Amino acid sequence: MMFVRYAAWRLVTMLLTLAVVSVLVFIIINLPPGDYLSNQIAELRATGQAEGVAKAEFLRTEYALDRPLWEQYLIWVGVWDGPNGFSGLLQGDFGWSFEFDAPVADIVGDALWLTVLVNLAAVLFVYLVALPLGVLAAARSATWVDYTTAFVGYLGLATPNFLLALMLFYYGHKYLGLPIGGLMSPEFEGEPMSLAKVQSILVHLIVPTFVIGTSGAAGMMQRLRANMLDELSKPYVETAQAKGLGPTKLLTKYPLRMAFNPFVADIGNLLPAMVSGSVLVSVVLGLQTIGPALLTALKSQDQFLAAFVLMFVALLTLIGTMISDLLLVLLDPRIRYGAREG
Amino acid sequence: MAPLLDVKNLSIGFGEAPPVVAGVNFSVHAGETLALVGESGSGKTLTCRSVLRILPGAAQLRSGSIEFGTGASRADLLGLSNSEIRAVRGDAISMIFQEPMRSLSPLHRIGNQVSEVLTLHRDMSLSEAKRDVLATFERVGFADAERAYRAYPFEMSGGMRQRAMIAMAMVAKPELLIADEPTTALDVTTQAQVLGLMKNLQRDTGMAMILVTHDLGVVANMADSVVVMNKGHIMESGPAAAVLGAPGHGYTKKLFAAAPMIPEVAEPSPPVVEDDLILELKSVSKTYSVRAGGWRERKLVHACSDVSLKLPRGKTLAVVGESGSGKTTCARIALGAEVPDEGSQVLFRPEAGAEPINIGALTRAQKVAFQRQAQMVFQDPYSSLSPRMRVQEALTEPMEIHKIGSKQERRDKAAEMLRWVGLNPDMLKRYPHAFSGGQRQRLSIARALTLDPVLLVCDEPTSALDVSVQEQILTLLERIQDGMGLSYLFISHDLAVVARIADEVAVMRQGVVVEQAPPDTLFYNPRHPYTKALIAAQPEPDLNRPIDLEEVARGAGSPDGWSEEFRFEGIDAPDLIQVQPGHKVRCHV
Repeated sequence: MMFVRYAAWRLVTMLLTLAVVSVLVFIIINLPPGDYLSNQIAELRATGQAEGVAKAEFLRTEYALDRPLWEQYLIWVGVWDGPNGFSGLLQGDFGWSFEFDAPVADIVGDALWLTVLVNLAAVLFVYLVALPLGVLAAARSATWVDYTTAFVGYLGLATPNFLLALMLFYYGHKYLGLPIGGLMSPEFEGEPMSLAKVQSILVHLIVPTFVIGTSGAAGMMQRLRANMLDELSKPYVETAQAKGLGPTKLLTKYPLRMAFNPFVADIGNLLPAMVSGSVLVSVVLGLQTIGPALLTALKSQDQFLAAFVLMFVALLTLIGTMISDLLLVLLDPRIRYGAREG
Repeated sequence: MAPLLDVKNLSIGFGEAPPVVAGVNFSVHAGETLALVGESGSGKTLTCRSVLRILPGAAQLRSGSIEFGTGASRADLLGLSNSEIRAVRGDAISMIFQEPMRSLSPLHRIGNQVSEVLTLHRDMSLSEAKRDVLATFERVGFADAERAYRAYPFEMSGGMRQRAMIAMAMVAKPELLIADEPTTALDVTTQAQVLGLMKNLQRDTGMAMILVTHDLGVVANMADSVVVMNKGHIMESGPAAAVLGAPGHGYTKKLFAAAPMIPEVAEPSPPVVEDDLILELKSVSKTYSVRAGGWRERKLVHACSDVSLKLPRGKTLAVVGESGSGKTTCARIALGAEVPDEGSQVLFRPEAGAEPINIGALTRAQKVAFQRQAQMVFQDPYSSLSPRMRVQEALTEPMEIHKIGSKQERRDKAAEMLRWVGLNPDMLKRYPHAFSGGQRQRLSIARALTLDPVLLVCDEPTSALDVSVQEQILTLLERIQDGMGLSYLFISHDLAVVARIADEVAVMRQGVVVEQAPPDTLFYNPRHPYTKALIAAQPEPDLNRPIDLEEVARGAGSPDGWSEEFRFEGIDAPDLIQVQPGHKVRCHV
């Protein structure tokens, strides 16, 4: 019951945060002087293409770019009566991409899900690799196991992602026959989901997952190792030892549970770091995620596209933090029963 | 009959250094309690841990044998394989550690942690284990065993946690229990009750016990035989009556001389003259409102309520209480570090006859002057000195902050203060890590003295120190008081320490002063049941003065158990009434 109340409270604060974020995103996007259309109109005028100017002027009124900023914002969110009535984020209308000359929803549509897929795969990779290696490194601290994992980890941290990507593509293709670039074979693009398509996506995911996940895994592993070492010297470990607990259970039942907290709390940070960190990788690897779209949108002041992508990343972050907060409450009775202590 | 445990020629060392436990021999018979006594660094903890081979990774067992068991199962514990020693741990030999707060995993329920012992060593199902655990919980004094089984450690007080630890150690019915300073982290009344419990359990089960402690009072109450250790060597050993009655070795005698005792007083002392007060607390209260999370309601906590204290110039006023009594809050309010509730007043008179300054309403200049005149000595000398500052920097920094003197004058002052606290001015260039705990506390005192204060607030200044060092620090504080005419507000949990240094003692319980008098009056004729419990709970290093557990239980519990004149409900305590000149008690008339 307490948990449900907490979850509800947490959800409400998340939505409020999202509202604040939307204001910030909108302000930041509009900070540079001018907008995509006024830039274009100026350019068209300079080159004397009058008919283009008419279309741009039409789009200007159509998307309310001629109105004051605060009205633009409210129309974008969908709580103000715009040129097309109430039509904004709340109604599921994400706006128009001027650069691609198409609705934002069409441009990011597939990319959205592929982004989520790539990043979930990477997060999973991070946890699956970091957990056992971090624990192992702590349990065998100051032995060759510790040094080897640390060396490999630092190598992963230090190698630029795009370089790692190129190397993996080359050797992966040469020795394992892995595909190069993209998230699926070209013949499946735009096709409906099928078993073959899923298979193709999975094979294509291997290298990107590895590339995006390595540095995160290396950092996470070192943090887990440090946490574990702290916990291993606590008296309750001695108590467990004095009970006659075997070495494996001694490690996993008590100190690991304690060291797990920061591990879980990291979920919130991990998601956005991966999305923004994977932009460059996506460009290099030719992944159809929203990373490259964000890059183009920011460069050309394509404001609705950029705003939407930023909002999406913010949403991922907030969801990530919420998940980790809720998990912490479930995992740690001290947080759950916090009030009784005071 | 062969002893249950026979330790022969045990030596333990680290790296190339000489051994820290050297050639230790002792034996424990079935049903007997052996006390391993020593100060920090004596090797007593390493010795007791080597029995279960729970030693730091770098420790090497250099020689010796530890034979344990009866009949055919007798074996050298040091020769067992890792899995064989694991079978002994928690089953035939179990252990209790010093800090109940940190020795239980905070994330697992008590029941889970205790029943684990049974599922590990016995072929038991969870429900069978639970039945045994519940029985043990009842045995160690949990009123609601079922609830304790479900509870998490942080939901319990220190004493309850230590009971849970004892239950964990007892549940498999071991033949030998090793208790490493089991009551050192507990309040004195809780300590008395836990010691009583351990004694009862031992009598019922007939197990043997090794009790590691630094406290001769605990030894006198518990032990059949005693081993006194110092710097890794056994100084003296023998039956408790012989060692405690007529200590033979010089070191043991020194320990006895240093052990603080509540004196047996023949007559009350005259009341303290209260004409020139340096510090006066007038009905000081402090309420905290606690909010645990954004979605929970606020809660009020009364740290102290209606505390009135008077400290005459040149005297020592001691505030005594257990954890949570509000004594430290009082000290912080007296120093202006904490703002008391509306209606409270703290008055300070820097010199005799001067206009009193209200600490609650200081101007900026007054505040700076006050901070110079009132200084504090902290409890933990290890964390109250910056490890990155040389002694000279630590001692001159207060003067720099208050812009006193030239560089040379500050250095001279620092050197002079070092001499006052019995250290050599050559030590100015050293870092704190080069000093022992007692020396560090001397440094803290020297630092407090560099500003020529008139008032010193000492917050448990000797609690983190060994008894022999505690003795030296108390002597030093007395000498400084006589030499400089300082006034002390002395915060402590230990009546025996206070007995020696205080001119007036205020006993606090849960935020209120329950009794106040000069120490001799207090010990000659304690009136309040809580004061009586505190005095009764104090373990004395004297076999003829065992802890009176009934007295402790009567006074340390809730006010419902007190006799009619002291009883109250909630926070509606009766007034503090003067029963004799200089002797105040909180009771109904």
